[in-house]
Amino acid sequence: MADKPFSHAYFEEYLKEKKLMAARCRHCGRLHLPPRPMCLDCRRLDMEWVQLKGRGKLAAFTCIAVGPTFMGQQGFGRDNPYCTGIVELEEGPRISAHILGVDAQHPETIQIGTPMIMDPVEWQEKTFLAFRPA
Amino acid sequence: MQTKMRKLGRGVALVGAGMSKFGAFQDKDSRDLFVEAFQEMLHSVDKGVDPNDIEAIYVGNFSSDLFEGQGHIGPIMSDWVGLIPRPVTRTEGACASGGLALRGAVIAVASGLYDIVLASGVEKMTNLPTAEVTDTLAAASDILYEASAGFTFPGLYAAIATAHMAKYGTTIEHFQRVSIKNHENGALNPKGQFNSSIRQIMDSRMARAKERGLPLPTWQDEFDFLNDEAVNPTVAWPVKLFDCSPITDGAACVLVVAQEIARDFTDTPIYIIGTGQAADYALHQRQDLTSIGAARAAAQEAYAMAGVKAEDIHIAEVHDCFTIAEIVATEDLGFFEPGEGARAAAEGITARDGAKPINTSGGLKSKGHPVGASGIGQAVEIWQQLRGQAGPRQVPNRNLALGLSHNVGATGGTCAIHIYERR
Ligand SMILES: [Zn+2]
Repeated sequence: MADKPFSHAYFEEYLKEKKLMAARCRHCGRLHLPPRPMCLDCRRLDMEWVQLKGRGKLAAFTCIAVGPTFMGQQGFGRDNPYCTGIVELEEGPRISAHILGVDAQHPETIQIGTPMIMDPVEWQEKTFLAFRPA
Repeated sequence: MQTKMRKLGRGVALVGAGMSKFGAFQDKDSRDLFVEAFQEMLHSVDKGVDPNDIEAIYVGNFSSDLFEGQGHIGPIMSDWVGLIPRPVTRTEGACASGGLALRGAVIAVASGLYDIVLASGVEKMTNLPTAEVTDTLAAASDILYEASAGFTFPGLYAAIATAHMAKYGTTIEHFQRVSIKNHENGALNPKGQFNSSIRQIMDSRMARAKERGLPLPTWQDEFDFLNDEAVNPTVAWPVKLFDCSPITDGAACVLVVAQEIARDFTDTPIYIIGTGQAADYALHQRQDLTSIGAARAAAQEAYAMAGVKAEDIHIAEVHDCFTIAEIVATEDLGFFEPGEGARAAAEGITARDGAKPINTSGGLKSKGHPVGASGIGQAVEIWQQLRGQAGPRQVPNRNLALGLSHNVGATGGTCAIHIYERR
């Protein structure tokens, strides 16, 4: 069976199945997250989907009080800030993601380096990459 | 990547510069602000210029499409200043759109194709409510993998801030010091949006409370004020309102000419001796979350072209869209070692009378940040400072000869740097 295209649509489809999938170059082995069709090292179109463990640690974060319209629709805002951050995965790549299970009202309590585990979140029938403390 | 040594095909100079007032103007459209900037530029040319001699126009603009519902803004700007049918090119590099317009004009003149080119920038942001401005600015990040994670534009810089805090021990007080300094400079800039120091803002709020018979605030000093969540609310922790550049309308332009004709216009041209530009992908992909790689690469190109080093620069306008951004910028430009930018700000090294004056205009923080115009606004400040025409905010007791502008798009997807010399 042919690989699904290495596009965001399929990244999100896998995410719905709680799978964090990256694209790996069959030729040189370079791992790409987000997935993409062309290898950044050898520029070949020879990718395969690989599942990452979904484990890593928090590399940077913020707790947002003035969010985009979309997050406002989910009930977030001045009185209910949300945390978002960058997670460094065990396999190496870093990725931006929602950070759940932390106290966004008290950002001083959130520590860079905290071990994280993936836990995608669904809003308005869309699935978003999210992590929470492991 | 090893950058190859690049040079301009011929010398290039600025012979005029102007900007509109920066602020929020309900009764003006971008074209009206553009005319204001153009008029001031014409009047700044010491020996005069016939506007009909302008051969081409570059207009930096991030998103008139989303901010005003107006695409294809170049010809409209050009027409409003009477330059049709000359070629006009819009440049887009998010908040570095203006820097790209300047670079486009410099390259066009250096190539020999044109002798006289207008480099400009414009943005009209205040038509939209804040939530939609937030959405529009977030569109300068990767919408599939950054904005979808809930990141806003302040949020991305806040993430850089938390990484900087964790790696170097930078504190919220360091950010506050940048804000206080830039507001102090901006208080002396009549073109700026705020035009008041934090102290002046505190005093006016006290006076207002008194007038209305409300309980008087008890702020001891500026830090106390900035720590008060009621007046300085969190936008994206640790970034608070007074860490953010405002939402601004404004335009700016400079006249770029070939070196051999520069003295036909003025006895004090400001030569552009270095230009650099570089790019990067999303923040999460970068090796170091506390530095903007595109700024380091663009600086390397510009310094090499100009034949100068970071320590030679007398004055710089850097892209302080957020206070953390100024700290990172001064490190990326090589003014201070990585992690030392915060301390330099705290010790007053970057103050107007310090060893390395940064953002004497008030920066984007206080002067305002009409995103497409900001890169040109920086050039206007350097032009005035190097010519000794910055009035009360002129850097004191200094013979300024070398200036630099550092203009960043979003979190560093684009960076344009220019180096200026008065001979
Ligand atoms: Zn490869």
